[in-house]
Amino acid sequence: MNDEQLLRYSRQIMLPQIDIEGQERLLEARVLILGLGGLGCPAAQYLAAAGVGQMVLVDPDTVDTTNLQRQLLYSSLDQGTPKAEAAKNRLSAINGGVEFEVVEDRLEGEALFEQVSKATVVLDCTDNFSSRFAINAACVRAGVPLVSGAAIRLNGQLSVYDRRQPDAPCYRCLYDEQSNESLSCSESGVLGPVVGTIGTMQALETIKLITGFGKTLHGRLMIFDAMTMEWQKMGLQADPDCPVCGHDR
Amino acid sequence: MIKVLFFASFREQLNCEQLSLEEGEYSALLSELKRQLAEKGDAWREVMMSDRTLVAINQNMTRQDVTLRSGDEVAFFPPVTGG
Repeated sequence: MNDEQLLRYSRQIMLPQIDIEGQERLLEARVLILGLGGLGCPAAQYLAAAGVGQMVLVDPDTVDTTNLQRQLLYSSLDQGTPKAEAAKNRLSAINGGVEFEVVEDRLEGEALFEQVSKATVVLDCTDNFSSRFAINAACVRAGVPLVSGAAIRLNGQLSVYDRRQPDAPCYRCLYDEQSNESLSCSESGVLGPVVGTIGTMQALETIKLITGFGKTLHGRLMIFDAMTMEWQKMGLQADPDCPVCGHDR
Repeated sequence: MIKVLFFASFREQLNCEQLSLEEGEYSALLSELKRQLAEKGDAWREVMMSDRTLVAINQNMTRQDVTLRSGDEVAFFPPVTGG
């Protein structure tokens, strides 16, 4: 690390849980962020600021007026610009030391698996079940930890699926694939700070996974209710009959 | 007695946060309890019969049908996919 980096990251290097070693791990890490909406924006913002070395930004959509109420990487001037590109521009301004790769498309099949395999940690910030199942399957196959967040209306859910841990559950152990009907923000609505809270916590769990401090949400599902400002914590075990992760036990 | 809890949007949907069911008032199996609660009305049927509804028994997620015992806490909450 050079002097500029030591100064820039000094407030987190100061923490014994991060220290120089943790910062070096962050600088060497490659993070794949799938979805740059209400979850992906805060997650990417905190991870870029924290000094993650390489970030892959994936989103097939362009910035729309209705995004601006909660997707804080974008301004009115970005409307019509691909989200991945607009996000990269803003994040580069925050931290020029980060190397960005932009995918203005939906990653699927082998292309998805290839990107997942190269990542230190994957963040699922998408908004539908089919993407979530595909991302989960790729993470299970590649053995790469997945930080999964979701939010709608005034509710959020958050967990970490870390296949490096023994008996780790996967996303498919929680949700049945028949659950293909998704609630979208365009139909159901969502409040900015609700989705922002979950996205911010995804960044936090990602930093923990990269640097190795503390206890992640592996094996636990957090459920957030903004109505009452309550968090519920539920244990999550691997399903031995899970079609995605069950057969390799 | 078992406690049945509802979280997130289910609270508004069912206008109910919690039920306490005494011995004899609840079915022995989770699947039967869901059928029993579904009879409370349309909103209940929608929540209980959806294969997307998440269930936790004693703060542990479950997708199996389990036998309910006195003292159990059964929690229902909706799926969340948005982002």
